[in-house]
Amino acid sequence: MSSVALPSHSTLARRGRHRRVLRKIGFWFSVVVIVSPAILVFLWMLSLSLKNELDNSAYPPVFIPSPPTLSNFVQVFKDNSMGLYFWNSVVVSGLGTLIALVVGIPAGYGIARAQAHKFTVLILIARMTPALSYLIPLFTVFQFLGLNNTLTALVITHLVITVPIVVYIMAGYFETLPKELEEAALIDGGSVWTTFRYVALPLARPGIVVGTILSFIFSWNNFVFGAVLAGRATRTLPAAVYNVLTFEQLAWGPLAAAAIVVTLPVLLLTIIIQKEIVVGLTAGGVKGA
Amino acid sequence: MSTTTQAVVPRPGFLARRQRSYILFIVPALVVVGAVIVFPWLFTVWMSAFDWKIGSVPHFIGFDNYIKLATNQRFHEAIVHTLYFTALAVIVPLILGTIAALIFHREFPLRGLLRSIFTMPMMATPVAVALVWTMMFHPQQGVLNYLLSLVGLPPSLWVYSPTLVIPSLVLVEVWHWTPLVMLIVLGGLAALPIEPYESARLDGATEWQLFRYITFPLVAPFIVVAAVIRTIDAIKAFDTIYVISSGGPGTASETINLYLYLQAFAFYNVGNASAVVVVFFVLILALAMLLLYVRQRAKWT
Repeated sequence: MSSVALPSHSTLARRGRHRRVLRKIGFWFSVVVIVSPAILVFLWMLSLSLKNELDNSAYPPVFIPSPPTLSNFVQVFKDNSMGLYFWNSVVVSGLGTLIALVVGIPAGYGIARAQAHKFTVLILIARMTPALSYLIPLFTVFQFLGLNNTLTALVITHLVITVPIVVYIMAGYFETLPKELEEAALIDGGSVWTTFRYVALPLARPGIVVGTILSFIFSWNNFVFGAVLAGRATRTLPAAVYNVLTFEQLAWGPLAAAAIVVTLPVLLLTIIIQKEIVVGLTAGGVKGA
Repeated sequence: MSTTTQAVVPRPGFLARRQRSYILFIVPALVVVGAVIVFPWLFTVWMSAFDWKIGSVPHFIGFDNYIKLATNQRFHEAIVHTLYFTALAVIVPLILGTIAALIFHREFPLRGLLRSIFTMPMMATPVAVALVWTMMFHPQQGVLNYLLSLVGLPPSLWVYSPTLVIPSLVLVEVWHWTPLVMLIVLGGLAALPIEPYESARLDGATEWQLFRYITFPLVAPFIVVAAVIRTIDAIKAFDTIYVISSGGPGTASETINLYLYLQAFAFYNVGNASAVVVVFFVLILALAMLLLYVRQRAKWT
């Protein structure tokens, strides 16, 4: 009786094969659906930046620039001192990160070895606080000190971003280092400082690289500090792209070109630390999960 | 560490002295954090007790700023907008991010490259992203309305419509931050044991049952972690909202952060803005606690 109800062997095999092919198509379809928004927005940004104004305002939209032109990039650098803003960003994020490394690497080491977890909690609350809320008191103080519109004020404010991230990543990294080597150095009569300087620090290089890059990226991406505290000549790149370009010229090509200039350095840095990014972005959450 | 110290038997006071030197390592960072983080917190609370406008003499008014906020319609609406935006900007990336993680957990050609592409939005500068989306949202020339017309849908007003502005802004947020959820959940999937799947398959479980009864409970703690981080980030969202809609049309997308910004840096009313910061901070802490509590519950069950 069962032999009547069951389909023949070859039909079963064919049906199995069909199902596998269908499943494969379905799977690749879902891959395309999930990846394409990410890539399409960037391609659209590139397309806008390489087209002339006529094609950018055309409807239906022109997707492939023909011929592609670099005039938008030339224009933002020539007419809008993008070079200056780029340099401001490099100075602010660079100095902010440098100071964060100088105070943050030893702090991370101290926290890891002294098990000073209260400090880590402080850092986590600092991360939860909206950046804007630091800005109001700092703005008021800078106003009083006459520091508004200076790069100094911007660098100080960016420490709000850079110091917590460096301290957090370094504390986590030093905790993963084996203590035996340091113990040996201490017993051989080394001071705590020399042990840190000559034993722990060289071992921590990978952690330092991640901390440096993440701190630089977060500082680079910050918009609101520059938008509020900077003057015309001291704007950082994200603030400049918004304040200067949006209001003075509504053309899409130069705007897209400027957006690429702002975000390209970050995307390039991201490639270097692909795998470690998630650690920095989750700063605390994932630990102990 | 314990084995070494036991074997050598340190001199008395040795460990205590070392502990103190480690604390010295923290002092410079503590000074910086005190100056740029703790001091602003305290100064904010102090300012919130004053009628304080930049350029004029502050008056002490006690709790008046808070009392005014309690009856401020616009502030209440800002809270509602923030909660609405946050709820959507947490739930949608959680669902999509988990699906993406399940996809990227499987072996397939070009997986590494495609995963890198998928995670690109996460690090992109928010202002740059916001500018491109502003152009895409454009009702007449925007590419999104063109895409809608391709599938036969009527054009949308996107961020120019009071009812659609928040969902449209959430769309940008979803695009920007789903990759982070994916990476966190992917980390959870990588740590899954194989045995339960083998025995369940032998018992004839379907793929859905495998997900529902094995995968999901095991990665749930990671999803909760992603939820906590996403909530804190979404509630703080500022750059994209400010650039794309500036809280408009009218005040339709004015979140607490936007309201705060206007009070402080358009009206220079720093006393009132400081009171908003204090309330905002309490709200963030409460949400974080709630989520951590949920996380503990998820661990126990």
